[in-house]
Amino acid sequence: MARSKVYPGFAEAIHGIEDGSTIGFGGFAMPGVPFNLMKALQSSGAKGLTCVANTTGGAGQPRMPDIGHLVELGMVSKVICAFTAATRASDQLPFTKYYESGEVEAELVPQGTLAERMRAAGAGIPAFYTPTAVGTELAAGRETRVFAGREYLLEPALPLDYAFIRAHRADASGNLRFRRSQRNFNPIMAMAARVVIAEVENDIEPAGAFDPDDIHLAGIFVHRMVVIPPAPDGLWPQLREPRA
Amino acid sequence: MSGLTRQQMADAIARRFEDDWIVNLGVGIPTMCSNTAITADIIYHSENGVIGYGPMAAPGHEDMHLVNAGGQHVTLKPEAAVVHHADSFAIIRSGKIDVTVMGAYEVASNGDFANWKIAGAKGGGIGGAMDLAACAKRVFIILEHTQRNGAPRLLRQCALPVTARGVVKLIATNLGLFEPAGDHFNLVAIAPGVTLDEVRAATGAPVEPAPGMTEIVP
Repeated sequence: MARSKVYPGFAEAIHGIEDGSTIGFGGFAMPGVPFNLMKALQSSGAKGLTCVANTTGGAGQPRMPDIGHLVELGMVSKVICAFTAATRASDQLPFTKYYESGEVEAELVPQGTLAERMRAAGAGIPAFYTPTAVGTELAAGRETRVFAGREYLLEPALPLDYAFIRAHRADASGNLRFRRSQRNFNPIMAMAARVVIAEVENDIEPAGAFDPDDIHLAGIFVHRMVVIPPAPDGLWPQLREPRA
Repeated sequence: MSGLTRQQMADAIARRFEDDWIVNLGVGIPTMCSNTAITADIIYHSENGVIGYGPMAAPGHEDMHLVNAGGQHVTLKPEAAVVHHADSFAIIRSGKIDVTVMGAYEVASNGDFANWKIAGAKGGGIGGAMDLAACAKRVFIILEHTQRNGAPRLLRQCALPVTARGVVKLIATNLGLFEPAGDHFNLVAIAPGVTLDEVRAATGAPVEPAPGMTEIVP
């Protein structure tokens, strides 16, 4: 009988994260962000982390657990994101001043390239060529190659040590289902990671509860799961305050 | 000379959409294109993998699992489908997006534009803009014609780091609709109450009226 993948709490599920680990955090805006695992990580004492996500977070209100908090706690040496500054020039991300001062390193990556670099890692592909960012500052000094008359930029795969993800439903074998735009980066990060930790919005269902045709991420990619308790003990997506 | 409102700028772009186009709207004024009543039957695509979304959710009816690329709670049309991020950008990178509409800080008459990094900043916000700009069939830009201090945003060459080179096909500002034409902009349509001289004075590159130039009906 295989060992259970279900952990009693978030702290137990993230136990043993080594200093210097590369961790991917799923999610886009609020849906699919592993808020509870990110909050638990704040108390883990891990240092020198490389954090990978769409954004370092923190421009919207209410502020939810994000990479910016981990940076503020001195746990992060590098971030790899599609946003290292806010989209609106008038906004300031909590992360930005740590980057400007040189305390934390950052690699700014176009969103589709970020997704594909992890997809490649999860697919055993070491690098790929993309037309994205050709002719921009991001491509300066880097290897490009022309295929059929068009220039492409070489991008390396981005493997992760850990993926923190959030799913809607899970069965005991770790098969996951996501709901609506919650899916986003979550299954790709899971496939790119050595250890995958999932927070799940519903009680874990028995193996066989899902039709095998209806599974979004196969359980072989998922190692640890925690059921999210109802608020206020568990963190759930909030409505953002409207912006002008 | 103030010209079009933000919604009217979005309307001027949205009325160019054609049947069966797959359309991606960027954060800011471009999302207002989905408020425009148009006859074209189009499909909205969002970077986070939502294909076939509809109007914004009514207050109190938001689905907490469902947002567009701007983080706004949208609704789904009957034909909607959801894919993960790598598939969403596979759709983009393989050239299946008919038009991407984005905001920008600057756009140049050579078709370059800049929208990810402001002057003096170390970091930036790229999001999906570079993928969309490099790969969509058409790039349409919506922006205020000038900065708050009156300096032009339509230039001969971008001063800020570019998002992509030579890709912009159509620009809507509060003063009109423009096409980059190499060393100048063609003025395709002018906003009501605005003169050609006023447009020229507010633009950092030569402006030529296009043959058959019209006045925009807001």
